Parts: sequence; structure tokens; C-alpha cells
Amino acid sequence: MIGGLHDVQVPAGVQAQAIFDLWQWLLAICTLVFVAVIVALVLALRRAPRAAQDTPPDVSSLSQGEPKLVRAVWAAIGLSLVLLLGLLAASVFTDRALARLPLANALHIELTGYQWWWEARYDDVDVSRTFTTANELHVPVGRPVIVSLAGADVIHSFWVPSLNGKKDLIPGRDTKVSFRADRPGVYRGQCAEYCGYQHAHMVLYVIADAPDDYERWAAQQRRPAATPATAEQTRGRDLFVRRNCAMCHAIDGTSAQGRHAPNLTHVASRMTIGAGTLENDTARRAAWILDPQQFKPGATMPAQNLPPDELLALNAYLGSLQ
Amino acid sequence: MTDASSLRGGAMPRGRRQKALRARADAEIGPGEVELDGAGWGSKAAHALEPAWRDKPGLLGWLETNDHKRIGKRFIVTAFLFFLAAGLASAVMRAQLAFPDSHLVGPDLYNQLFTMHGTTMMFIFAVPVMQGMAIYLVPLMVGTRNTAFPRMTACAYWLYLLGALSLWFGFAINTGADAGWFAYVPLAGPEYGTGKRMDLWNNLINLTEAMGLMVAVDVSTVILKMRAPGMSLRRMPIFVWSALVTSLMIIFAMPSVMLAANLAQFDRMFGTHFFNPAEGGDVLVWQHLFWFFGHPEVYFIFIPGLGFISTIIPTFARRPLFGHTAVVLSMIATGFLAFGLWVHHMFATNLPELGKSFFTAMSMMIAIPTAVQIFCWIATLWTGRINLRAPLLFVLGFFFILVLGGMTGIMVGSVPFDLQVHDSYFVVAHLHYVLLGGAVFPLFGAFFYWFPKFTGRMLGERLGRWQFWLFFVGFNVAFFPMHLLGLEGMPRRIYTYAAETGWGPLNLIATIGAAVIAVSVLLFVVNVARSLAKGPLAGDDPWAAPTLEWATHSPPPAFNFVALPVVASREPRWAREADEPTHVSGLSAQTREGLVTTVLDALPDVRYSYPSPTIWPFVAAITVVTWLFWSNVTPSGMWYGLIPPTIAFILWYWPTRKETAEQQLLQRRP
Repeated sequence: MIGGLHDVQVPAGVQAQAIFDLWQWLLAICTLVFVAVIVALVLALRRAPRAAQDTPPDVSSLSQGEPKLVRAVWAAIGLSLVLLLGLLAASVFTDRALARLPLANALHIELTGYQWWWEARYDDVDVSRTFTTANELHVPVGRPVIVSLAGADVIHSFWVPSLNGKKDLIPGRDTKVSFRADRPGVYRGQCAEYCGYQHAHMVLYVIADAPDDYERWAAQQRRPAATPATAEQTRGRDLFVRRNCAMCHAIDGTSAQGRHAPNLTHVASRMTIGAGTLENDTARRAAWILDPQQFKPGATMPAQNLPPDELLALNAYLGSLQ
Repeated sequence: MTDASSLRGGAMPRGRRQKALRARADAEIGPGEVELDGAGWGSKAAHALEPAWRDKPGLLGWLETNDHKRIGKRFIVTAFLFFLAAGLASAVMRAQLAFPDSHLVGPDLYNQLFTMHGTTMMFIFAVPVMQGMAIYLVPLMVGTRNTAFPRMTACAYWLYLLGALSLWFGFAINTGADAGWFAYVPLAGPEYGTGKRMDLWNNLINLTEAMGLMVAVDVSTVILKMRAPGMSLRRMPIFVWSALVTSLMIIFAMPSVMLAANLAQFDRMFGTHFFNPAEGGDVLVWQHLFWFFGHPEVYFIFIPGLGFISTIIPTFARRPLFGHTAVVLSMIATGFLAFGLWVHHMFATNLPELGKSFFTAMSMMIAIPTAVQIFCWIATLWTGRINLRAPLLFVLGFFFILVLGGMTGIMVGSVPFDLQVHDSYFVVAHLHYVLLGGAVFPLFGAFFYWFPKFTGRMLGERLGRWQFWLFFVGFNVAFFPMHLLGLEGMPRRIYTYAAETGWGPLNLIATIGAAVIAVSVLLFVVNVARSLAKGPLAGDDPWAAPTLEWATHSPPPAFNFVALPVVASREPRWAREADEPTHVSGLSAQTREGLVTTVLDALPDVRYSYPSPTIWPFVAAITVVTWLFWSNVTPSGMWYGLIPPTIAFILWYWPTRKETAEQQLLQRRP
């Protein structure tokens, strides 16, 4: 089954690495302070004699000062201030390091959050080279990526823990996040801002490929959909454009041009369906088409009441869309 | 003895004019028409006070009462019941999350559950229970007979109760709020938050925030104007300081979220576009307005907790608090700094980066005043003699849990690190460490400490220790693993997760911890029930404590004190000179009379007649709630619904002949 790395403590990008280094500093200093406070408390409890509630109170502190105690408390406050300023400096320097990711030759992606899936448009100065995909980003290892984020309906948040911290997708306010994957691999991200019913099933995979592999993938994605090779696939395509599929989904190279659901031009090349809900294989895809609500209750795709032969044909066609 | 009937004495320059007036009145009608207070228990004055302050018997008296102790107890008990309800909601969530791909509850119910849990804990439990403690304790601690505006506080309780019940009634009929306790637009707006769910939530916000403001105005007025003579600001007990800081913070913070809820409700009811980006609205405005309230809210839950701790530690260390002034200044500093933190909830939005660094600095600096207090408490324990009873035990639990939560708080205050863990389970762990450590542990300590005062009976010590250890262990088992889950990439507010994420085992551990917490809370309920039935009698002052609430019976009579106390030190029951005056005399015992003192030095200023109980605050609350719900159903309700509250409020202020006659008598004598 699809795994994918999703751990702040296993960074695979330069920015996640910087934040991980900061975290180790924070952890070390905060642990030190925590232990010191608890030790002081335990010592105080061990040192002070026991009393009962009828023990007369010791009010001597009201008339005479406690200079040793005052000095100790001041020293502790001073030390706390110094440590806090140190952490503040570490935080600010990490922030600058994040902002200084070199962005020369960056890949531009426009990512739009919908309830509950992601649409990704790969930009290019040559408009004919742009293409649209969903729920899965492929990026070349070592090349910076600038992602422009937009929320189509409610607020979502882009978070791939192994690559960088999160950024919200806010309706009416475009945001940007950049990252660089330094090791090839599959990195799992998930919407991190509560966005309603199926917030739990809004996964985004980022697949970092070697540059050649990435170019091959991108070239494949730029092509229109494969033409059906068999009669069954042809029937499937016709069903897709004639039935209600095309109301929401698009398949480039056909008349299906819906914009309310993931673009399916190369759906068979993706690892999952339903934004990470199910693995993308023939059986699960068929089950999904028949009744998505069973796997992702509340998703906008309705159940499709298809006779078995039509389902098989449709599924065969979708399975051919590499 | 300080004589209030003449308000004389060198320390009371303002009394001179009254003195002349009194002398003339004395000459005109002669003394003896009004029974004066000032004598001890069992005196003629005490017998006169009892009928003057007694509520009517039966249901009417129960609905009418404006006795701050009855209202305070109501707040506490109601809030605690909702704490149990919200706790049950979290139990269902933990059961759902114990295993991956669980089908125990679906997304619709789960989303309602966490919204109800958060909303209830923050708005219906934490703030009201702290305000309830203040309503009960502050008048006793400052030595007066009732709060300043008791009818308003009575009305506040009914608004709160009706609002809370309506939210949970909605949940019972599958109309539970489901956009999170923060209710971000557009998810909570007209387009994506369809149905009546978020209308109920917005009503709740209006009602609980109105409650919060009314109580805050009342409590801060008592503290500033009704302290016992001699209780200058520097002699004021720390819990009273915490209540003052909290109340002033509430007055500044709560209007912000009320405004936000009303703008959202305008969007929902009338189609305005405050938060609609398509028409020039801005969804981030909601977040600013919400967190400008929401972050200070954390501190007005936490600061009363600090007040409990600073009260409990001296009593059980058998010495005055070390660094009293530093602790007070720290609380005040926290109150100010708390308003400079709200943007750290919004680091993942597109606000300017430089501005975010400012909020990082503020988030880290607010650790300093808390650190000062922690050091002062350790110094107090270090040099004290320790009576290790249940209240202190809960305070010691606070040290471990809150300090850990404070450390993660410093971490999430850092912009880059927060971007990783924001809205992940790391934050869930952090906020529970801070809120349970900073508020719930001290609150349980406070329950054990003041239960004898509230009820006259002691809570069971053995059960208390069991409860503490189960709570402490269960809490850490439940919430510590969530730090790791967050680092491993688990976002908040997801109703399920796939097995291959690897989040299963830690979630199972967390659920086991939650079950232990549930057992511990159950033990508390058993302990309270047992003590109410047959707990050992407490006596007036079971802990030999320094503050004034222990200077009267347990539970206190309706009039609190036979004679209003006079204060000459910070620990009036520990350090008292033999020749100091002990109490005020000369106030009427046959009517509800009290003393207003000056803000800084608590010099007697004027005599004050407390309002009598009346049914109108209750009626007014019902009419206001009716108006809100009516306006949700039909826009005309917005206007016609205003008529009943207007009538109720006019009648509320209508003076009765009896009161007028009493006032006129008191104006002449004494």
C-alpha cells in the first residue's frame, strides 16, 4: 500500500532540514529548563519540613527580608531571559534561512484546494506546455519549486512535513510556498486546515523524481489522453462523455471538459483515487465509481448506478489513461 | 471597631460631610429606629440580618435569587456538568481514533463532536467556571455582602444556561455545530455552513460573551469599589488580583468575538458580505477578530488558575507568599502581553513575515511573567513547612504539566517551527498541557480547597489522592504521545486515518490514557456525592488560612459577615495587631446595606444599598434568548422580538414602594 514519508523528524528538503535543526535546539534547551524546574521543585519539597494545618504560620518574612531567596529568583529570571533571547535569535535565523531558498530555474505550480481534493496546474512560459493534474505532484530532485496556493471554496492548508512547513490556501488571498526536495522519494502531505466533512481524506502526494524521470513524466502529462486501443475502451470513452461523468471531470483530447472534479487525462498514472482514499487499481476503481460514498462519505461524487458491462467498459478506458 | 454610621476618623476625610449630615439626622429623629450591625454571631444584629438577606422560599425564591454564593455555585455546578458532557464527547472521539480506519462514528458526527467539545470546554466550561469561582469567592475575600450588580449577574447566569442548553439541544437533534470551536469562515459562512448549526453556535457566542462581560463588570466593580476598609490594593489577596486582571481582560477581549459572531450572523441571515471574498469581504478578518479574543481567552482561563495556586501554596506551606508584589505585577504583565499574541494562530496565512517575528518575540516574552511566578512559588515551598494535602497535590501536578506545556508553547511561538506543527497533534498536545495543567489541575485543587467553604463539609482525602494520581498519569499517557503524532504528520480534526500512516499505536496509547482520565473524573464525582451526604464537618476554617473568606461560617450565611471586616495586612487572619479595629459597625442590619470604599486605599466612601432579588433578570434572559432564536427563523423576529426584552428591562429597573421607603429612612438615619 502507498506509504510516503511524512515526518518532521525525517527531513528530505533543505527547508524541512533547517526547521528540524531549529527543533533540536528548542528541544535541548526546553528539556534543560523543564528538568531544572522540576529538580528545584523536588528539592524544595524534600528540604521543607512537614507540617499540619494547625501548624502556626511563619510570618517572619513580613517583617524581615529574604535576600538569598531574592537573589536566587533574580538569577533564575535572568537565565530564563538569556535562554529565551537565544531561542528567539535561533527562530529568526531559521526564518531567514527558509526565505533564502535560491529560486533560480524554479518550477512553478498553481495548486488549488477544493473540498476535498487538490488541483495542480504546472505552469510554463510556453502555454502549450502547461498541464493539469490532481492530488499528486511530481517534482525534480534538487530543483526549487514555487507553489502558488488558492482556495476555491473554504480554507485548506498545504503541508508536506518532510519538505517544508505549511501554508494556507485562502479564498480571496493568494499565497505562495516554496520547497526543494533533495532526495528522491514519495512524500505524503495532507490538508492541515479543517475544511469540512472529508478533511480527513484530502491527501496530497509529492513524488520527487530524478530530473530525467521528471521530464519523462511531465512530457507524458502534456500529451492529450490516450486514444482507446480496444472496442471496450472506446465504449468506455463514449460512456464517459455521454453520461454524467463529463459534467464534472475533464479528459483532455475528448469533449469531457468539466472543471468541478479532478482532471482524469492521465488518471491511471496516479497512485491513489479520491485524494488518497483508495489505492488506484482496477478493482478499487470500479468499487469507487459504483459508490464513492462508501469510502468517502460526503464527497461530492454521487454513486453511479451502472450495469456491469458499462462499468467494466468505463473502468477499462480509465485504466488505459496512462 | 470602625464606625460606618458616622464614617469618622482621621483616615476617612471624605466622611466629614456625611458626619455633619448624620449629626443633623440624629438630632431630628433620634437613634434606635434602625438596627445596626457590628456585633457578633447570635447578637440582635445577626438576627436582623438574616430576614433582610433571606431569599423567598420555593421555586420563586430560587429563580429570583441574587445571592452571589447561590449564583456562583450555580455557575460552578452547571459548568462542571458541561465539562462532563464535553469530556464524554472527547471519549467518543478517542474511541474512534484508537484504531485506524475505524467506523465507530462517521465524519458528520465526528465533526460535531470535536466542535462541541472545543466550544463547550472553552465557552461553556472554562470561562464560566472561573467566573463562578470569582462570583462566589471575591465578595467573601474582600469582605463585603454581595456583588455590586447582583441582578445583572443573576441575569448573566440564565443567559449562559439557556445558550449552553440550546447548543446541546441542537446537538441532540443532529443540529450540532460542526465548523470547529474557531468557526472559520467560509466554512461557517452561509455558503458552506448550511442549515441552522452555525446559527446556534453564533447565538451561543452572543449569549456566553454577554454573560462573560456582565460578570466581568460586576466582579471588577466589587474588587475596585467594595473592598473591606483598609484593604488597599497592596493588601489585596492574590486571587482577587487574578479575578481583577481576568475581568478587565474579558472587558477588552470579548467584544471582539461578539462583533465577529454578529457579522457572521449578518452574512448568514441578511446576505451581507463581510466575509465573502467574491464581494470584497475578507475571510482573514474573521481570524483576526476571533483570535484577538481567542488568545486572551487562554489567559483568562489561566490567570484564575494562577490565582488559585498563589492562594493554595501559602496556606499549605504555612507562610506568606514569597514575592507577593512580583507575582501581582507578573499577572498584570501577562494580562497586557496576552493581547499581543493573537497572530501566532495565523502564522500559516499570508500576513507579512516581519510582523510575524514580532508575534514570535511576544509569544516567547510572555513566558517571563509565568516564570517569575513559578520561581516565587518554588521559593515559597523551599522556605515553608509543607502540609501535603490534596489541594497542594493538584498544584504540584500543575508544575509538571504546565511547565511542559509552557515549553512546547515557546516552541510553537517560533514561526518556522510552528509552520511544521500548526494544526497538527503537536498543538493538540500543547494546548491540553497548558489548559489542563494551567486551569483544570489548579481548579481541582481549588475545589478541594474551597469545598468546605462552599458546603460546610470536607472532601475525602484518600479519594482525592487516587483522583490526582489517576488524572496525572492518565493525562500524560493520553497527551504526551500526541506530541510525537504531530511530528509524524498527523493533522488535527481528522475523523480517521489510514493504517499505513503508522499513527495507530500511539493513538491507541492516547485512548487508554483518556480512559484513565475518565475514571479519575468519576472518582471526583463520587467523592463530591459522598461528602455532600456524610462528609466530615469542616468548621469555619479547616485549613487555618490567611484570607477573609475563612472568617465566616462554612457555608457562609446569606449576608456573609455579621459585621464587615476591617483589614490591616495582606494576611488578615495570620498577622493582626491587638489594637487594630476588627470590623465596621453602623450599617443597617434590617436592609441590604453595604459599604463602598475608595479604589486605591479602600477608605470608606459611601453606604450602598444592594438591590433586592427580583424575577425580572430571569424573565429578561428568557426574552433575550427568545429574540435571538426568533431572529434566526424569520427576519421579522429581529424587530418584533425586541419588544419583550424592552419591557422586561424596564420592569427590572422599576423601583418598588418598599425599597423607596427604606432608602428614604436610611437617608435620614443612621
